[in-house]
Amino acid sequence: MDAINRTGTLADPVEFYGTKVGSRLLLGTAQYPSPAILGEAIRASSADIVTVSLRRESGAAKAGQPGGAPLAGQSFWQLIRDLGVKVLPNTAGCKTVKEAVTTAQMARELFDTPWVKLEVIGEDDTLQPDVFGLVEAARILSRDGFQVFPYTTEDLVVAEKLVAAGCEVLMPWGAPIGSGRGLNNPYGLRSLRAHFPGLPLVVDAGVGVPSHAAAAMEMGYDAVLLNTAVAKAGDPVRMARAFARAIEAGREALIADPMEARDMAAPSTPVMGRAVLG
Amino acid sequence: MTSNHAETIQAPNRAANAMRVRIVGGGVAGLTCAHAFAQRGAQVTLVERKAATGQGCSWYAGGMLAPWCERESAEPIIAELGFESLAYWRETVPDVPNEGSLVLAPARDLPDLRRFSRRTEGYEWLDGAGIAALEPDLDGRFEQGLFFPTEAHLEPRKALAALTAKLVGEHGVILRTEEDGFEVSDAADIVIDCRGLAARDTLSDLRGVKGEMLVLYSTEISLKRPVRMLHPRIPVYIVPRGDGHFMIGATSLENDERGRVTGRSMLELLGAVYALHPAFGEAEIVEIGADVRPAFPDNLPRLRRRGDTIYVNGLYRHGFLAAPALARRAAELAFDGTQFPEVMDEDHRQW
Repeated sequence: MDAINRTGTLADPVEFYGTKVGSRLLLGTAQYPSPAILGEAIRASSADIVTVSLRRESGAAKAGQPGGAPLAGQSFWQLIRDLGVKVLPNTAGCKTVKEAVTTAQMARELFDTPWVKLEVIGEDDTLQPDVFGLVEAARILSRDGFQVFPYTTEDLVVAEKLVAAGCEVLMPWGAPIGSGRGLNNPYGLRSLRAHFPGLPLVVDAGVGVPSHAAAAMEMGYDAVLLNTAVAKAGDPVRMARAFARAIEAGREALIADPMEARDMAAPSTPVMGRAVLG
Repeated sequence: MTSNHAETIQAPNRAANAMRVRIVGGGVAGLTCAHAFAQRGAQVTLVERKAATGQGCSWYAGGMLAPWCERESAEPIIAELGFESLAYWRETVPDVPNEGSLVLAPARDLPDLRRFSRRTEGYEWLDGAGIAALEPDLDGRFEQGLFFPTEAHLEPRKALAALTAKLVGEHGVILRTEEDGFEVSDAADIVIDCRGLAARDTLSDLRGVKGEMLVLYSTEISLKRPVRMLHPRIPVYIVPRGDGHFMIGATSLENDERGRVTGRSMLELLGAVYALHPAFGEAEIVEIGADVRPAFPDNLPRLRRRGDTIYVNGLYRHGFLAAPALARRAAELAFDGTQFPEVMDEDHRQW
């Protein structure tokens, strides 16, 4: 754990592919009641990076002519651009390597960024990553100049292959997308953190409540990416703020070097020499 | 608004002394506005660029009059407009079945049903027997559901045809089809712009939200009322249209592409209704369609007045639910100068 920057402060940015960002909360942009509420939630969250799904919102240009400039989703994308945050396009919903690569290429053209959150979905019910397709797509995209943020499991070997494929960030799931179950496998996530002490690691997916996000940060994760927990909250703006605070709290706690848990009580005031009353 | 005081548009000194109103756009917004202005004694001309009224995105509407269900995800103003509109439709057009609506979820999505219930009112919890008592064909398929007894539904195409006939026959509304509302030469004291997304040429913050739907025909199953099926990604509703027809809707995609229906969307809609009842797997696909809903960034409808034009727009998913209530407000704005901040503030949610 030495490689984690414990001497840093909250003002210390997290760095992805050489880009420093201040906020350790990455927010998805799907499923909000309205773009206006999405905008307010992003502002309340202080997030510097938002992910945007291309697959669902793109129109005929995507289907007919992958190289052409997609126009159909323009107004929504313009709204996102107007927020002044950094866009991390994603390949949500893609099930094959080819589909993910094509979507990533379209995203690069549309948002003028080499960043891509790579999702290759392998299973419909759990939306579990197809790690074989993921590694292959990561290799293709990295060679093509992309800076890939792979959505993966906490599997160490897959993680190593992703790094070998060129990924300089890993985004293991906490739990299946949209499940809100939190960190399903804390042991696995801790191992991954210990295995890649210097690599930016982001818990992506499955986070339900702010305490889940705080736990990930206390574990030494560099950032948390979430969407549904904010978008589907009764008050997304308030929930966005709650997550921002939890992530700050978890990060600060990590830097503050928490005490170790112990089996016995340890009095916080001295007992020796205390006056005996009555 | 450019003026900070209520301003009444002056009716000219004509023989009939009636305000001459031109409505541009014959969808649900334009038709209900025509009705509201005609009821106030205006001489109304409605101009529709297509061959008939109700052929724009109103054509593809679900026709659910469900303010309580919408309350789950929409802001309170939508429910408020919805209650007023529900009463309007009941007294204005025939065939508005007062059967309520039903919200169901497959067992594994019951958390979504509980969340739905927390965010609205006007319902009762049903168990499997309660669901079967309302919809016998769903017997044994669901263990829990929400029933909203005060809600209703209508068939949008029939309702708008009936309203059009009423406007022309009873209110003397002049209907001009296949014409551009800004090129007709008749004089008008005021223009009500109800063009939906086409008004983006002047309302720059309008955007399109695509919706896809389909109509199925089956004699193996009958439903009396709209059923919403909750799902984390693909919420679907099914509205009985009578004679074995069911309208299934609707996707909601952030793009403004009219008309292209994707296989994926159909797969999702059909998958959801198949989960509701396998009989839908054997149903005939009668129609598939798509259009684009006009929406402002907060997905709330607006009246905007600029000079002698009032814009009625941004009805998003709530055309039938909001249009009559907005139309009444538009007429009161024009005739009485009444202000309606809840639907008139141009930027009450700054993007």
